[in-house]
Amino acid sequence: MQKYETVIGLEVHVEMATESKIFCSCSAKFGGEQNEHVCPACCGMPGMLPIVNKHAVDLGMTAGMMLNCHINRVTTFDKKSYYYPDLPCSYQTTQWFAPVCVNGTVTIQTANGPKDIRIKQIHMEEDAGKLVHDEWTDTSLVDFNRTSVPLIEIVSQPDLSSAEEVVAYLERLRSLLRFAKVSGCRMEQGSMRCDVNLSVRPVGSTKLGVRTEMKNMNSLSAIVRAIEYETARHIDCIESGSDELVQETRRWDDIKGKSYAMRTKETAGDYRYFPDPNIMPIVIDDEWYDRIKASLPEFPEVKKERYVNELGLTEYDADQLIQSRQMCDCFEEATAQCGRAKEVANWLISDCMKILNKKQMTVDALPISGKALGKLIALVADGKVGSANGRKILAAMFEEDIDPLTYAEQNGLIISNDTDNIKAVVKAVVAADPKSVEDFKSGKEKALMALFGKCMRELKGNCDPQVLRTVLLETING
Amino acid sequence: MKLMINEGSAGEKRVALDDLILTKDLPTTAGSKMLDGYVSLFEAEVATRLQKAGYTIGGKANVGEFAIDLLGETSYFGACAKEDGTLVYAANELLEKGEVCAALQMDVNGAPRRAAALAGQYYVKPTYGTVSRFGTIPVACSGETVGVAATTAETCRQVLAAVAGYDEKDGTSLPQSMYTQPKDIKKVAILADITAAADADTQAKVAAFQAFLESKGIACEKVEVECMSAAKTAWNALMAAELCNNVSRYDGVKYGYRTPNYTNIDELYTGSRTEAFGDVLKTMILFGSDVLSTNNYEKMYDKSLRIRRVVAEAFADLFTKYDCVLLPACAKQRYTVEDVKADQYLACQEALFTAPASITGLPAVIAGGVQLVGPAFSESSMLDVAQCYGKEGK
Repeated sequence: MQKYETVIGLEVHVEMATESKIFCSCSAKFGGEQNEHVCPACCGMPGMLPIVNKHAVDLGMTAGMMLNCHINRVTTFDKKSYYYPDLPCSYQTTQWFAPVCVNGTVTIQTANGPKDIRIKQIHMEEDAGKLVHDEWTDTSLVDFNRTSVPLIEIVSQPDLSSAEEVVAYLERLRSLLRFAKVSGCRMEQGSMRCDVNLSVRPVGSTKLGVRTEMKNMNSLSAIVRAIEYETARHIDCIESGSDELVQETRRWDDIKGKSYAMRTKETAGDYRYFPDPNIMPIVIDDEWYDRIKASLPEFPEVKKERYVNELGLTEYDADQLIQSRQMCDCFEEATAQCGRAKEVANWLISDCMKILNKKQMTVDALPISGKALGKLIALVADGKVGSANGRKILAAMFEEDIDPLTYAEQNGLIISNDTDNIKAVVKAVVAADPKSVEDFKSGKEKALMALFGKCMRELKGNCDPQVLRTVLLETING
Repeated sequence: MKLMINEGSAGEKRVALDDLILTKDLPTTAGSKMLDGYVSLFEAEVATRLQKAGYTIGGKANVGEFAIDLLGETSYFGACAKEDGTLVYAANELLEKGEVCAALQMDVNGAPRRAAALAGQYYVKPTYGTVSRFGTIPVACSGETVGVAATTAETCRQVLAAVAGYDEKDGTSLPQSMYTQPKDIKKVAILADITAAADADTQAKVAAFQAFLESKGIACEKVEVECMSAAKTAWNALMAAELCNNVSRYDGVKYGYRTPNYTNIDELYTGSRTEAFGDVLKTMILFGSDVLSTNNYEKMYDKSLRIRRVVAEAFADLFTKYDCVLLPACAKQRYTVEDVKADQYLACQEALFTAPASITGLPAVIAGGVQLVGPAFSESSMLDVAQCYGKEGK
């Protein structure tokens, strides 16, 4: 019987996938040359005024609706003051008094069945810049590219009780937010980061223990290690009666596998929040609310059920597809075009994935249109294009936006019904390779495959395999 | 006495800009060592509009550090005073000498209104949201406005028309569709309790203006509105809070003054700010920080917001019966270097007269050494009265 239980609440920061920053028109893209995406506003020069990016509000509302939140119809922005060189104004514009979303739930699957994790609120805010430390010259340089990139912070109630649940929760958040195209949620790029609030108490106790916070965790495996370490540390302190357990912010060092104290409650700054007088309260009217509501995607598990029950996919195939909204969209569009759900799933899961992997692209960057894929699959299924040539066309579709039929015609990839031509080619191949013919006649089935392959190559794949086989056998057998 | 921190162009229709209004060609200092020599990458919307309308930027008028003082006495470049020690405001002195035909001034804590009243000039503080604040150094954004000073009401009106109007770069800018048609001024309320707080000379100015109004058939009535004086305390708190936050960006990291003496980031911050900020500004930063602290937020900041609403409602109530109110713009008719030496924070007291319009964003017009405050969008009606006074009142 376990003596202690862990109580965990998470604050998850997610960068929203907007084109531009939250209060200026600079690009919000990840990467770029240092200080390439900056303007007087996002590097804190006086005189620029914040103009709220409406698309960021759209995505904030979308996130809230995906997580069953109540949407505050009047939402405001507030200023949070603290000094840090990566924060050019020395204040962060965030939502303190009236965040865009409150009171939601996220359902996760645990060993003991489904569990609801309550969401306290989701608020929008601007990201800070980045400090680059140069050990060699002992200086720190500031990169403001990330400054003012729109974020949402999703604050959960302390409803999580293990590292496994935290992982399930984060994966669920990632899946829902990616599905709704709120964010790419790439932990490795920092577009999803997480603060872990953790305390430990004896099983059965209703009083929360002393809470510590570990900031800016950005990998699932590090989060698991940090939770396990911190839980053990709390238990040790409780058992030994150590006074080292205090409410504080800690830094997790994943290489050393230890957490270190950063600042305690006593030394923590007062953020001096107040409403930003330069940003009028944002009023979300029914029209705006309904527009966002109508734009929400099906939940992934609803899609899966539909794919299996209505479109006849296997559970495995459906699971593969619902990993990504882009895959689902492409699948649905292609299926609507050609009516062949199973083939579409196969092409996507095996052929398209192969090309993506080769190109080192993620599924979110799937560049082909579902409509074109559907047309291609129809061409192959109808026997107009051979399957090997179909794959060639698919590869070409990853390079440019082409119509499969036009491309096939222009590149001589259409199956020909000209049997005279087939016969002539077969005759020539058979004549040039008497050894294989002898081998086949003496019972080596493989030799036929070699001849078949040669003929197919000569015909550039533009031949119905059944027809070719028949002609080949006829020719050999005289 | 340094009236212009940086000379602009010569030419017709020269206008001085308070040194908080950003220009690309000339530095903008906000009267602070922190921004000595700071040149903005972009220009204030009002400066752009001014030049489009055919005016030239004559230069940058000296202001007190971040324009929160009495009459510019806290400027890093020195106070402006006459030989007898009488404080003057740089923009008004430039007007007096005829070097410029008008001045665009930042009204943060009423200094331009006070100065125009003392100089016997005209000033219009427009309705909040009708003149873009894009490109003005932010101090107390919830109430500050760009206004126009000139030696005639007609010039105030013309220059205001050149710079006013909706600007999408300012989120608080009011779309034209929200403007309402002003009413002619037929009935005026004199704020008796605030007037009584001024000295005899100033009260005489109010009485003289009352006599002028009545000579034009405009009825005047004395009213007492108790909550009006609370605007002073509330605006001082709100202004300090916003100021503290707005000047926190000057940290020595990105631009502006940086101390040569530091070994770590904390020393860089504290050294730069300690060496570059003046005493009055530092006091206001500390006050503002205290106002916003967790312990005081409810008691001070939030309460000030509630007072703002109560004052706005009191004005709205007055404007159901009167077309505007009349009150002094300052407590006396002359301030000296000695006065501000004796009390560095005199401006906080003088806010009694200017804060009611600052905290509510209502328009105000200075003429005849007194102040008119009217409902939103009534500045043109008040300028009518001021123009008439200019022709017939003196």
